[in-house]
Parts: sequence; structure tokens; C-alpha cells
Amino acid sequence: MAGTILPFGPQHPVLPEPLHLNLQIEDEIVVSATPAFGYVHRGLEKLADIRDFRQMIQVVERVCGICSMIHALTYCQGLEELMGIEPTPRARFLRVIWSELHRLHSHLLWLGLFADAMGFESLFMQLWKVRERIMDINEATAGNRVILSVNVIGGVRRDLDSGQTAWILSELAEVEKGFSAMSRTILHDYTVQKRTRGKGALSRSQAMELGCVGPMLRASGVSQDMRLLGYAAYGELEFAPVVEQDGDCYARCRVRFAELGQSIGLIRQAIAKLPAGDTSVPVKGRPPAGEVVARAEQPRGECLYYIKANGGKFLDRLRIRTPTFANIPALTVMLPGIELADVPVVLLSIDPCISCTER
Amino acid sequence: MVFMIPVVLKNLFGRCATRPYPQSPRQLFAGSRGQLINDAGKCILCGTCARSCPSQCLTVSRKEGLWQYEPFACVFCGVCVEACPAGSLSQLGQWRPAVRERERVVLKVEVKSEKSGVRSEA
Repeated sequence: MAGTILPFGPQHPVLPEPLHLNLQIEDEIVVSATPAFGYVHRGLEKLADIRDFRQMIQVVERVCGICSMIHALTYCQGLEELMGIEPTPRARFLRVIWSELHRLHSHLLWLGLFADAMGFESLFMQLWKVRERIMDINEATAGNRVILSVNVIGGVRRDLDSGQTAWILSELAEVEKGFSAMSRTILHDYTVQKRTRGKGALSRSQAMELGCVGPMLRASGVSQDMRLLGYAAYGELEFAPVVEQDGDCYARCRVRFAELGQSIGLIRQAIAKLPAGDTSVPVKGRPPAGEVVARAEQPRGECLYYIKANGGKFLDRLRIRTPTFANIPALTVMLPGIELADVPVVLLSIDPCISCTER
Repeated sequence: MVFMIPVVLKNLFGRCATRPYPQSPRQLFAGSRGQLINDAGKCILCGTCARSCPSQCLTVSRKEGLWQYEPFACVFCGVCVEACPAGSLSQLGQWRPAVRERERVVLKVEVKSEKSGVRSEA
């Protein structure tokens, strides 16, 4: 028999969530990798049978902790399209602000975990210290630190007053200062470069063929970002997707680091353009029979919701395709050929969210 | 690693970033979604909260005059507070403290009478 099969996970110090990989190794070099799932399946899609379409907002928020707000946003946008509801302009801008706050804290979390995967503990702690300010903004504006629960069909549940927006801007300046101070370490440090450059490289065509999404795809030179669809208020804000060409772990790190600055820029633009008015429109009745597909850009990439309604208060079918689900196949191509010691770094570079994937 | 040394030294001799919980608990921001409470004097036992609750942690029985709440099932989303037509539900600005035993909040509500409410645990 050629090589050895090494079980990696589901319990592994580097994994924040349970994912199992069967690694076939030969002389400490990975020959093939087979991912296995099913450790955190909760059957959330099936809950649509017993929770009505409004209660499902709180259910879909719990698909994933890190991108909870954007899950609810995608679901609400899908139902708004089905019911023919146009959210108020203020609600659309507020959705952008909370979405980008989510992207900021998700990317800071990932950069920290990535540093931890390399064994860079001090960088990990420093980045999470910076992230704490974003969590404070979330709590002060939405009421909760992680699961914001601000979306409703037709708008948002919370509003920001002028004092809060001024405070957010001052806090964001501190956050920007905090992660900018880390930029030399993240982007130019010898240790970081040694651990990430050329590891798990994915060419542009491979990334496209494997169906990668989000920062994975952008790091391989494909300028794809669902925010360009112009949902919420993204159509009225100026930004360009961050694209890198190398497709390795270092390029993914660069993309996510640059997106921190991009998110702060988008929040500043959204606050500057925040229109006055109501935060939601009253919604009566139930969604009509029909089906709809909603897409949004989560911190990890494109999230897709398929919603089928039958005219009643319970949905016929809810299907959620999360970004990690699309990025996992890339692992089977990226892992073969690398050393066993580099597996954690390459695995973390896709920003795996297993709770999302298994729902 | 070299670039991090000043930061590490600053952290080593600077102020702590963490606090000694539970000796000094963190103060929540105004508007945080904390512990759920029901003012029995205002409650009209309409059951709107129970119907809107996504985690189904509330049970309202008009016949028995009981409002029951399962804090362990509650997700603190605040949907019930917004749905309440009588304004009897509210969320405190502090989290529910840790407890050793599972408890269920049972509130005896007398509708259309003088304001009275007894809180007991079953």
C-alpha cells in the first residue's frame, strides 16, 4: 500500500470547527485529501416546515455566527423580492453599515486564526484585541455582539442617531489604526511570508473550475464580488473588488487584509450618504406562491438562498448554499503536494465555516 | 516576528486588555438585549409574544392566567418585546446571570383586575 492515511480532525487544535480530512501522506508530503462532514448538521433548513416565514429570520441568522447578519439580509431580500416590497432607502444604507461591520470582524477573526495556525500567537491576540471594538459597535447599535438580529422583511429593526454614527466613525478610526499597525507584520514579515508564499496555490482557471467564491476567487485573479450586483445600497457606493494574482495563501491574506480598509471606506461612505426617513415599511400578508433566488456577498464569499413559497405562512423549501460549501472542493486540489506541517495554513486559508456548510 | 517585538513589549508592560471577570463585570451598552422580564400588571395574556417567538420559549395560557418563559430556550432576539401590544415585556440592560439549576419562569397574571403579579418558580 502506498503511503499512510492520516486522519486530520474533527478534533484538532487548529480547527475552530469540526472538519475531518483523510490525508494520504508519503514522506510527510500529502498525496491526496478527502474531506468528510456531518459533525455539526442541525437541519435548520427543515425548520422552515414548523417556523413561519418571519420566525425563520432568527433561524437563518443562526446558520453561522460570523456572518449572521448577512444570512438574514439575504433571506429578507429574497422574500422582499417575492412579495414585491421595496425597503426604505435608510434601511438599505443601514444594512450596508452592519454588513460591512460583519465583514470587518470576520476578516479580523480570520487573520487572527490564520496567525494562530502559523503559530504566531502574539499577532493573533493583537488582531482579536482590535476586533473587540467592532463587537462593541455591534452591541451598542444592534443590541447583540454577534447575532445582530436587525433585519426584518421590509427594512431593519434598529436605527442609528447622529451621536452613534459619530461614535462609530471615531471607533473605526481606532480600528484602522489598530490593524494598520499590524500591516508590516502581516504583509512583510519573514515568518509569515515563509509560511504562506507559494503554499496552496490555485490558478485562475482552477479557481473558476472548482467553483470557488469570495476572497478565494479574488486571490486567484478573478474580479468577482456579489456586492457589484448593487443589492442593499451597494449600487450607490463606490468600491472596486480587491484582486490579487498569485492564488496562494499569501495572496488570500493580502485580499482579506485589503478588504478591511475597503469595508471601513464603505461604512464611511454609507454614513456620509445616510438618508433620512423610516427604517422599515409595514408588511402585511404572506409571501405569494413562487420561488426566488437571492445572492449576497458574505465575508467568505457568495451566499445563495433558494426560497420556494406556497402562499401559506410556512415556506415550501429553503435551500442555503454557503461560501465554504463552494470553497471546500478547492482543498482537494490545494492540499496534494504540500508538507503535512503546512496543512493547517492551507486549510485555514479558505476561511472554513463548517456550521455554515452543514447548516 | 521582528516587527511585533515593540507591540509585544508594550503589551507586556502596558495596561491589561482583559478584565478580571466576574470580579469586575462588563457594563453593557444602552439598548443591549439582556434578560427578558414581563410586567404582570401590564400583561393582557394576548399570546402575541408566544406566537412571534422564533424559539418558542414562551407559553401563554389565558384560561389558567399563566405566562410561562423558558430562559434556557430564549435566544434574546427581542422579537416578543417589539410584538407586545401592551408594552409589558422589556429587556434589562444586563445578561441573565449563570445559574446552577434549570428554572422556568411562571408568572401569574390577573387580567382586568387590580395590578398584581406573583413570580414563582416551578
